[in-house]
Amino acid sequence: MNIFVEILLSFLVLAGAAFTFIGSLGLYRLRDFYTRLHGPTKATTLGVGCLLVASATFFSQSGAGLSLHEILVTLFLFITAPISAHLLAKAALHRKLPALVPPPGEDCVTGIIRR
Amino acid sequence: MLSFALTIGFALVGAAFALSFLRLLKGPDATDRILALDTLSINAIALLVLLGIHLASPLYFEVALLIALMGFVGTVALAKFLLRGDIIE
Repeated sequence: MNIFVEILLSFLVLAGAAFTFIGSLGLYRLRDFYTRLHGPTKATTLGVGCLLVASATFFSQSGAGLSLHEILVTLFLFITAPISAHLLAKAALHRKLPALVPPPGEDCVTGIIRR
Repeated sequence: MLSFALTIGFALVGAAFALSFLRLLKGPDATDRILALDTLSINAIALLVLLGIHLASPLYFEVALLIALMGFVGTVALAKFLLRGDIIE
């Protein structure tokens, strides 16, 4: 294996695993649900994206031609992560979970409409 | 060098698994538990991709794709159930 490819692969694997860990650390450590939603939905998709790019590079240089089916997983994750985060935030607002900063209420909305 | 990076990667993703599982046990509300399950499925995808590089086998992408699909469908179904009290109306 080429030494530059190996350095690139090691960097991508380390970055992806570190981002995955930071996402779960945010999920565990942050204090209310709306801030906890940030950790997995941003950092974990970036982490899995890095890992999948590393995997595509590894299988492209190791054997039979260009390996592209990792792109499928990446594309699927990048489409579905915002949708599930949106639905979870809607469910949390519906259940009126306590938040560190209160969400904008009725007066805020009517103030915007009146203006 | 790559095997060393893979070892560190396995350790980090395993720690991420442990933290998500602790949030799944602890979560004060049902939405926290759904979010922890979603994160667990994404961590499983990361672990499978690392295992595929480690064993140099392209067999694990189908499994990763299936876990991504099932995790998304499960998250959407559970969030919809919390939101509407029903999944298929």
